[in-house]
Amino acid sequence: MSEQATPTANVPPEQEASTDFVVRLGIAQRAGGLIVPVLTAVLAFLAGGIVVAATGHNPLSAYRGIWDGAGFNWLFHIPWNTNTVNLDAFNLTQTLLTTTTLILVGLAVAFPFRCGLFNIGGQGQYLVGLIVANWVGVSFASWPTLPHVLLGIGAAAFAGAAWAGIAGFLKATTGAHEVISTIMLNWIAIWGGQYLFGQGGPLQNTYNPSAPESGTVVRSAHIPVFWGNPVLQGLDYGIFVAIAALVVFWLILNRTTLGYEVRAVGFNPEAAAYGGINVRRKYIQAMAISGAFAGLAGALDMLGYLFQFGVLDVQASQIGFLGIAVALLGRNTAVGTGIAAFLFGGLLYGTTRGLNPSVFDPSLAGNLTSMIQGLIVLFVGADVFVLYIWNSRRKLRPKRRAEAAAA
Amino acid sequence: MADESGSVLELQGITKRYPGIVADDHVDFDLRRGEVHALLGENGAGKSTLMNILYGLTKPDEGEILVGSKHVSFSSAKDAIESGIGMVHQHFMLIPVMTVAENIVLGVEPVRDGVLLDERGAEERVRELSQQFGLAVDPTALVSSITVGQQQRVEILKALYRGAEILILDEPTAVLTPQEAGELFAIVRSLQADGKSIIFISHKLNEVLEIADRITVLRRGKKIDTVSRQGATEEGLARMMVGREVLLRVDKAPASPTDVALEVKDLQVIDERDLEKVRGVSFTVRRGEIVAIAGVDGNGQTELVEAITGLRRIASGTVAVGGREFQGHLTPRMMIDAGIGHIPEDRHRRGLVLEFDLAENIALHDYDKPPDSKRGWLYPARLVQRAARLIKEFDIRGGGPLTLARALSGGNQQKVVVAREVARNPVVLIAAQPTRGLDVGAIEYVHRRLVAERDAGRAILLVSLELDEVLSLADRILVMYEGRIVGEHAAGAGEEEIGLEMLGGRKEAA
Repeated sequence: MSEQATPTANVPPEQEASTDFVVRLGIAQRAGGLIVPVLTAVLAFLAGGIVVAATGHNPLSAYRGIWDGAGFNWLFHIPWNTNTVNLDAFNLTQTLLTTTTLILVGLAVAFPFRCGLFNIGGQGQYLVGLIVANWVGVSFASWPTLPHVLLGIGAAAFAGAAWAGIAGFLKATTGAHEVISTIMLNWIAIWGGQYLFGQGGPLQNTYNPSAPESGTVVRSAHIPVFWGNPVLQGLDYGIFVAIAALVVFWLILNRTTLGYEVRAVGFNPEAAAYGGINVRRKYIQAMAISGAFAGLAGALDMLGYLFQFGVLDVQASQIGFLGIAVALLGRNTAVGTGIAAFLFGGLLYGTTRGLNPSVFDPSLAGNLTSMIQGLIVLFVGADVFVLYIWNSRRKLRPKRRAEAAAA
Repeated sequence: MADESGSVLELQGITKRYPGIVADDHVDFDLRRGEVHALLGENGAGKSTLMNILYGLTKPDEGEILVGSKHVSFSSAKDAIESGIGMVHQHFMLIPVMTVAENIVLGVEPVRDGVLLDERGAEERVRELSQQFGLAVDPTALVSSITVGQQQRVEILKALYRGAEILILDEPTAVLTPQEAGELFAIVRSLQADGKSIIFISHKLNEVLEIADRITVLRRGKKIDTVSRQGATEEGLARMMVGREVLLRVDKAPASPTDVALEVKDLQVIDERDLEKVRGVSFTVRRGEIVAIAGVDGNGQTELVEAITGLRRIASGTVAVGGREFQGHLTPRMMIDAGIGHIPEDRHRRGLVLEFDLAENIALHDYDKPPDSKRGWLYPARLVQRAARLIKEFDIRGGGPLTLARALSGGNQQKVVVAREVARNPVVLIAAQPTRGLDVGAIEYVHRRLVAERDAGRAILLVSLELDEVLSLADRILVMYEGRIVGEHAAGAGEEEIGLEMLGGRKEAA
């Protein structure tokens, strides 16, 4: 109790030095509770609104346009009209489709984060899953739907796990920092995808040799749509896989020995090693599990609504990176990641195709999404900074007074 | 400078509040010219806060500071230094790559020709000062090449060079060997004879009684009393510090050791920088005895313990626990399962996951075994149940099974570690600096527990930098110096002899 009397004296200096940024961020986030992420999002939207106002638009009507574009208004039109001929319902299905992907790429960042690792490689792992799912979906044409879909999903998750596992393995054996190795693995996945789908590539389609595109996933490997018109891109059962992944994430972390080990390593690797935990193995496992989530995201997209992917799509795809913002805003928890994914899903769809162009220029709106995303990452990062300022304000104050006195 | 009463310094009603705690609650303190006034109290009693206020590092919420009967208000250490106050911190603030003289004059360098550092003049001045007060240091030596005791003298010289009349020494003996502490006391007396006034912060009763003229005791931010050394006793001071009777002497019966539980043979450890930190160490610990390893910090004790517990790779040699011999690559898991319990020297860095709750911390070695878990599934309720039992059994205060370890006081954090290690019923219990940073009450608890575990038939290996602790607990004492065991003594050996060996001054060798 009296420990607090001298706040700095009781923190051993070695600990401060050895704790790396991810660990400190994790601790700060745990201390922040629910208020900080909500405040972070609100602040980001406020700042975004100021920019909208600066461009001469009304921020409120802009946000209203995005809200409607995301289909969120559907939730308030009771009785609900589930027919996706209704534009609101259609928009919502599209938002949920994006949410599915974001949940999984968010978990792919959140899980290793809990182990003290920063996975920047969600995009690469997502692409690997996407490519493998495409290969499975194009092949095995004679298979019935259920095993075919399961094989595609399973193979993609496994491939994603192996891909991310490389970064974990390098960290465990050589100490190579996972941020660097996952970024490099992203590029390998991007160039690999361009080669595989490109002209003459092993996975290029067989019917149009001039088009640098993959083959089309056969019907038996399509994940069935349960809401909306499959021809117009309806909502498939993949979203339940994503929701199940949230539950699995929570269960692993809180109800398994593996989760205990991962959290121990995430908070204090030295204490974990002292406790008998093989820290290096945890790094590999945490990365592999993370990659499985991202690979799963790729599979659900490929088998749910994409069915085909081109070289240009490989270059343009960015969704894996959004997982970082989702995980950070979601505090690396299951519930938080789910909510943040829904928010970003709405934002992403509501500012692009879902947006009524007469309300707000979609190109500006798309930039607004990137901006809000960037601000959220910035504010989340600022948590640590704010905490740092808060802790050192005692040190700063006398200095400032002295300066004031001198002036 | 002194007024009629002889006070050079007076603190009146100093109060400092932090969120949730009053660090100092209307504390009065005065310092007479030429006296040594000890400030005694447990960790967190408010000593450091009070001195930080006096040294201008912290602003008090209430209260007055008078220097030589003049009201002053410090907004930085610079103001305090200008008023003739100097402070020697527990952790030195020296630049290792600069010479002693350069460190001392830093910031107030003598110059010649307007801009150039007058190195000769600085060295001369430092030499004068060190002769005047009997502070032997070579002004031209690099700080990195001198001993900790000498570094402390440099810090004192730094304060004197800046014209300090009042010196604050913050736990000055914490980093010193007994010999060095003796030398420091001589220095303090010579400063005193020269009219300097000294505030001596400590939580060690014996040294306070040796050096101080008056003693002020703080407890939980409140001043309990100021007493003069005459008539003060260790027992009385301890009671004032803790607020209850404290058993200062460890009460233990003679050991009755049985079979060998831990046997270390020719152990060699090489660290990351390719330095041989443990050079062929062999010893045994029997059930029912406490074997203590004494030594100055950094002589290989840490590496020895890490090697035995599997945290550090051993280069050669063997470790046998309960008859099972290990060599080559040991892992913590192997040694835990072999029956080693380990109270690590740094509970924040290694002993606890501060962001875990107590239940999770207590499960740190056993989470993967029934009943905590089965086939990979963890049962948190069972972790909580066991934690609740141990919290009661080991009298851990300040939280329940779901309290984060971070929220507990140092003493209670250490109790969590002790509870976890002891409750696993280890064959060998290794306690590395088990009372580091703890206050009198918590030290008493840990000491009693170690003796009780010895009596229950465990083999105990104690590693401590505190010679007092070694002497009062050990049944056998090994002295470690530069990676070797240089001496072995039975309980009751002389402090002088062991202290000498700790510094490498073996009689045969000398």
